[in-house]
Amino acid sequence: MTDNAPPDHAPGGSTHDADVVDPAEVVATAERRIAISFVVATVAALGLAGVYVAGGQAQAEGALLFVSLGGVGVGLVLWGGHLLGEEEVTDQRKDLEATEEEQEAIGEALHTDQPEGRRKFLGRLLGAAAAALGLAALFPVRSLGPSPGNRLRRTAWTPGARLIDQDGRLVRVDTVSRDGIVTVFPEGRTEAADSQAVLVRVDAEAMRHRPGRETWAPEGNVAYSKICPHVGCPVGLYQAPTHELVCPCHQSTFDVLDGARPLFGPATRSLPQLPLAVDPEGFLVAQADFDEPVGPGFWTRDR
Amino acid sequence: MIRSTIAWIDDRLGGSSFTRTALKKVFPDHWSFMIGEVALYCLMILIITGVYLTFFFVPASDEIVYRGDYAPLHGVKMSAAYASTLDISFGVRAGLVMRQMHHWAALVFIAALVIHMCRVFFTGAFRRPREINWIVGVTLLLLSIANGFFGYSLLDDLLSGTGVRVGYSIALSVPVAGTWLAFLFFGGEFPAVEFITRFFVLHVLILPAMIVGLLTAHLAILWRQKHTQFRGPGRAEDNIVGSRLWPTYALKSVGLFFLVAAVLAGLGGLAQINPIWLYGPYDPAQAAAATAGSQPDWYVGWLDGALRLLPGWEIRAFGYTIANPFFPGGLLPGLTFMGMYLWPFIERRFTKDYASHNLLDRPRDAPARTALGAAMLAFYGVLFFAGGNDILSNIFRVAPEKITTLFRVVLFLGPAAVFFITRSACRGLARSGAHPTEGPVGSRIRRTPSGGYEDVGEDH
Repeated sequence: MTDNAPPDHAPGGSTHDADVVDPAEVVATAERRIAISFVVATVAALGLAGVYVAGGQAQAEGALLFVSLGGVGVGLVLWGGHLLGEEEVTDQRKDLEATEEEQEAIGEALHTDQPEGRRKFLGRLLGAAAAALGLAALFPVRSLGPSPGNRLRRTAWTPGARLIDQDGRLVRVDTVSRDGIVTVFPEGRTEAADSQAVLVRVDAEAMRHRPGRETWAPEGNVAYSKICPHVGCPVGLYQAPTHELVCPCHQSTFDVLDGARPLFGPATRSLPQLPLAVDPEGFLVAQADFDEPVGPGFWTRDR
Repeated sequence: MIRSTIAWIDDRLGGSSFTRTALKKVFPDHWSFMIGEVALYCLMILIITGVYLTFFFVPASDEIVYRGDYAPLHGVKMSAAYASTLDISFGVRAGLVMRQMHHWAALVFIAALVIHMCRVFFTGAFRRPREINWIVGVTLLLLSIANGFFGYSLLDDLLSGTGVRVGYSIALSVPVAGTWLAFLFFGGEFPAVEFITRFFVLHVLILPAMIVGLLTAHLAILWRQKHTQFRGPGRAEDNIVGSRLWPTYALKSVGLFFLVAAVLAGLGGLAQINPIWLYGPYDPAQAAAATAGSQPDWYVGWLDGALRLLPGWEIRAFGYTIANPFFPGGLLPGLTFMGMYLWPFIERRFTKDYASHNLLDRPRDAPARTALGAAMLAFYGVLFFAGGNDILSNIFRVAPEKITTLFRVVLFLGPAAVFFITRSACRGLARSGAHPTEGPVGSRIRRTPSGGYEDVGEDH
C-alpha cells in the first residue's frame, strides 16, 4: 500500500526518469476511474431492486450485490489512495506506564477516613452477603435440566417387547435374510432415540457367543445398540463380507460375529447386545433391556 | 447544516478536541494490519444478515409436516426450525442470499481471526504492553468458534444434528460433572427438545453480546496503545509512522468494508453453502441416513480430526471412567486455548525480555517462536485433514484404517519436521539478510533536498 502514493510529491521527484507523468493527468485518470466505480455501483444497486421486484433470484442478487458493493469499495479505495496525496506522517507515542507519584495519588484518592477495624468488619459482612447471594443465584441453574438419575442406564426395551422396524412393522424370526440389516425399536416406541438397535442376520454357526449370551441370537438374528459408544453416531453401515458394522462419523468398526467387539477406531467398548427371543407366534421379542448403558461413556458408567 | 448540527452537539458534549485528535491519529500502512479489519467487517456483515434472518427463523423443535415451497420434502416430518430454514431459503425473497452470506461471513470471519492472530504471533506483537489485548483476542476466537457451532446447529438438519450429538457426548464425557453438565446444558438426555431454543439464545444474544463487548475493548486498547509497526527508516520504539485516520486511512478502510461485503455477497449468491434441503431433517431416532462424509464447518474440523485419530483409549479406575471423547473433545481444546492465553508469559520466561515493544519482529528475528508457531499450525493442519479421512480414503482408494494410521504418525512427525526446517530457514535468513522470496535488486539511493545523495539500504 505504501507504493500507491504518487511519487511525484516526494521532494526529489521520481527515481525512474523514463516514466515521468503529469500529476494533473494522474489525478484526472483516478477521478475518472472513481466516477466509473460509483456509477457502476449505482446501476447494479438499481438492478438489484429490479430483481427483487421481479420475484428475486439468488444468483442474480448475489452478483449484483457483489458489483454494487464492490463498486463503492473500489471507488473509496482509489479515492483514499490517489486523490488525497497525503504523505507519510510521524507521530510520537505517549508513555502509558504509570509513575510512582500517579499510583500514590490514586491510593490517596481511594482512602477514606473510617477506622480500619470497623471498615474490615463491615467489609466482611458485605462479602458474606455477596457470597450468599451468589449461592442463591446458582440454584435456578438447576431448573435447566432434569437429574441424570437412571436415564442414561435404561432404554424403552422391556422383557417381551416385540421388535418393529422404523415403519412400525413387526419383525419375525425370518423377516431379515442372511447378511440383511434392519433398524429396530420396541413396539410402539419408534421415537425412543436411545432404544434404536440394529438387527443383523448372520450364520448362527459362525457366531462366537459371550458366556451367558448363547440364547440371545435366535437363528442368527443378533441385535446391537445402534448408538456408537464413541460419541453416539448411528452405527448404520454393515459390511456383510467381513461381518463388520462401521460408524460413519469416526470409522469405529465392530465385529458382529464376536459380540460387536471394536476392531478399529476410537470406540473403546463393544456395542451393547440386546437379548432376543422368539415368541410363540414367531415374532422377535426382547428378553430384557440392554444389560449396560448404551451410547457414549461417562464418569459413573461402570458404577 | 452539518456544521451547525456538529456545533450544536459539541456545545452540549464538548467532544471536539477528542474528535480532532482522533481524526489526526496515525495508522501504519502495511497489508498485514488489514486482516483484523477484514474480521471486523465480516462481523458487521454477520450482524446485519443475522438480524435479518432472525425475523424469519423459528427457534423451536415442534414437529410439523412440511408443506412449503420445496416440493421434494413435502409430507416429511421435521422441526419448525428446519422448516423455517427451508422457508428462508425458498420462500423468503432474498432470504437465500442473506442466509448464505451469513454462513460465508462466519467462515471468512474465523479464518480472518486466525490469520490476524498468526500475524500478531509471528511478529511478536503480543509482547508487552499488548498482553491484555492478546488475551482479549484469544477469547474472541474462542467465543467465535463456539458461536459458529451454535449457529449452524440451529438448523436441525441431519448434518448439524450429528454434530450436536457429538457435542452432547463430549459434555457427557467430562470427568465427575459430565452427566450433570450435559443434562443442564442440553436440557436432558439427548435428544432433548430444549436445545434449539437454548442454542438460539446463545447464538443471537449471549455470545454476540460478549463478542461485541470484547471487540470494543480490543479496539479501545488498540486505540490507547497505538499500533505496532515494522522496523524501517524513521521508525522507532517511541514513534509511529503511517497515514492519518482522516482522510486517507478512513477512506481506504471504509472501502475495505465494501470490498469485504462485496466478496461475501458474491459468495452468498453464487457459491452454495450448507444446502440443508439435501441433507434432510435430523430425526435422532431414525438417523439411519447419517452417512460418511459428515464434516463440520472448517473451524471445528481440527476437533473432529482429533476425535477420529485418538485410538480407542480411555481411563477406567476405581469404578470411574474418563471416556475417550474427553481427551480430543475436552482436554485438547482446553490445552490449546490455555497455551494461547499463556503464550506471552511463557515466552517472556524463556527470553527474559521484560521490555515494552512497539517495533515488530520479522518472523526470522525469533527463530524459536516462528518455528514453534509453524509446528503448531502443522499440528492443527494435520488434525484438520484427518477430519476428512473418510473423504481422502475415497479419493485415494485407500482403506480408512491405513489413512488413519498414517495420520497418527504424521501428526507427530510432521510438526517436528516443520519445527526444525522453519528454525534453520529463519536462522539462514537472519544471517544472509535476504528477503525470503525476493532477492536484493540493489541499493536504494535518495536525493536529499540539499542536492546530495544518501544510501537508504538494500531494495527488495
